[in-house]
Amino acid sequence: MDVELLLTSTMTLASGIPLTLILALASLVIGLVLSVPLAFLRASGNRWVSLPVLAYTYVFRGTPLLVQLFIIYYGLGQIDFIRSSVLWHVLRDPFWCSLLAFSLNSAAYTTEVFRGGILAVPPGMIDAAQAIGMTPLQQKRKIILPIAFRGILPSYVNEVIALLKASSLASTVTLLEITGLSRKLVSETFAPYEIFIAAGILYLGLTSVFTSGFRMLETRWLNAPPKQAAPDGIAVKRVAHGS
Amino acid sequence: MRAAMASSLPESQIAPAAGGVQARGIEKRLGNIEVLRGVNLDVAAGEILAILGSSGSGKSTFLRCVNLLTLPDQGDIWVHGEHLRLRPVSEDDSAPRILDHDQVRRVRASIGMVFQSFNLWPHMTALENVSAGPVLVNRLTRKAAAELGRRYLAKVGLSDKAGSYPRHLSGGQQQRVAIARALAMEPKLLLFDEPTSALDPELVGEVLRVMTALAGEGRTMMIVTHEVAFAREVSSRAAFMHQGRIEEEGSSREFFSNPASPGLRRFLAAHDERHS
Repeated sequence: MDVELLLTSTMTLASGIPLTLILALASLVIGLVLSVPLAFLRASGNRWVSLPVLAYTYVFRGTPLLVQLFIIYYGLGQIDFIRSSVLWHVLRDPFWCSLLAFSLNSAAYTTEVFRGGILAVPPGMIDAAQAIGMTPLQQKRKIILPIAFRGILPSYVNEVIALLKASSLASTVTLLEITGLSRKLVSETFAPYEIFIAAGILYLGLTSVFTSGFRMLETRWLNAPPKQAAPDGIAVKRVAHGS
Repeated sequence: MRAAMASSLPESQIAPAAGGVQARGIEKRLGNIEVLRGVNLDVAAGEILAILGSSGSGKSTFLRCVNLLTLPDQGDIWVHGEHLRLRPVSEDDSAPRILDHDQVRRVRASIGMVFQSFNLWPHMTALENVSAGPVLVNRLTRKAAAELGRRYLAKVGLSDKAGSYPRHLSGGQQQRVAIARALAMEPKLLLFDEPTSALDPELVGEVLRVMTALAGEGRTMMIVTHEVAFAREVSSRAAFMHQGRIEEEGSSREFFSNPASPGLRRFLAAHDERHS
């Protein structure tokens, strides 16, 4: 293995990091924003409310993201009425197509994760919110959502990591994020080994940053009392985590 | 047809008193079990009513009907003289319904409730738990609500725990925060649903002491409890529930020293045996 090539290609591929991050973070944020109301609808006891959301999550979780991306990028352009509408300015651009596919896909997964978190909120927490006179919206915003989000944080980290890696699919529709740049570089240098290892190292670095970021968040939310000395057991646990 | 029962009562019996709670003909079925079979019970303003009964007698369900956490299938409830607008169970619709959500929220805000399992919100500190209601429901400023919260935390002896999260508090401390949370809404009525049943024996005393202090302030309270000695000490009236009905009720003095019904006599005797 050519170590020098590995290092130089890592530097070159690093210029793809911004696009990878923009794609992943933007679709995570859009997915999260969409998933909150969808998860409440999905957790509803009313079938007419929850079934349409189930249909959406079922389709987007049951088909490959790559296929969804191709349908949006190659497929939608076949429909005349989209080609002639203003939507076409957006949908002919591979960036917007990727963002759309990733966002819809992420929203579907996050909706199901959130639904589980909402249903796991102990009924007593909601009793207390009702008893004090909160409106249904206040109960959701101030009680159910924060408790549910803390509960699902570990599963949500998985979704973040998965999406970060799945953003490499954008390279199939010509985007030059980390993977796209790697393929371009490989076709120029014919050194797939070093270059794809360099790409792997970059992804590993990004996922590590996100994992430790979320772990800090988790520690803050689930363990540390900010204004109080922590009991012994928790201090020991923190040392063991090395954070 | 049973819904018409309350309105067929003589006017003197349904006309609400100035305050407190009046419940008439409360029925509730959960699954196949008739939990409440026509409960009539009054609490006058300033009165402290203890509700006793064995597990499954319906006393907690009845208490939850007062602030409509559980909707009664039939019957009428007045809180502070206001009739709660409900639609009873009917043939075509299986669930009872709230007809006026604003009214129910307003009435709930005027009733403090303390639960068996504390039900503190785990993502909020003790102070945030106590001041959330005043901010969100009573529209106090954050500053005023925090001040109010500190005052009530001090009242339950937990000034030093304002910044602690519930998971770092003992059961007794959590229940005292929960009492402060109820008090911070400055309610006209306090409901206690077996407030000491989930506590370790050595933590029961601190909660009962706080409740005894509240009882001395002339507050209106309904207390569902297994602590017979405590009920006897603080209550002005007491009721005994058995199989979804009030089997006996009266002034505490009569109730505890001279029980009329065989059911209550057995219940009190069993209690004396356990504690002698």
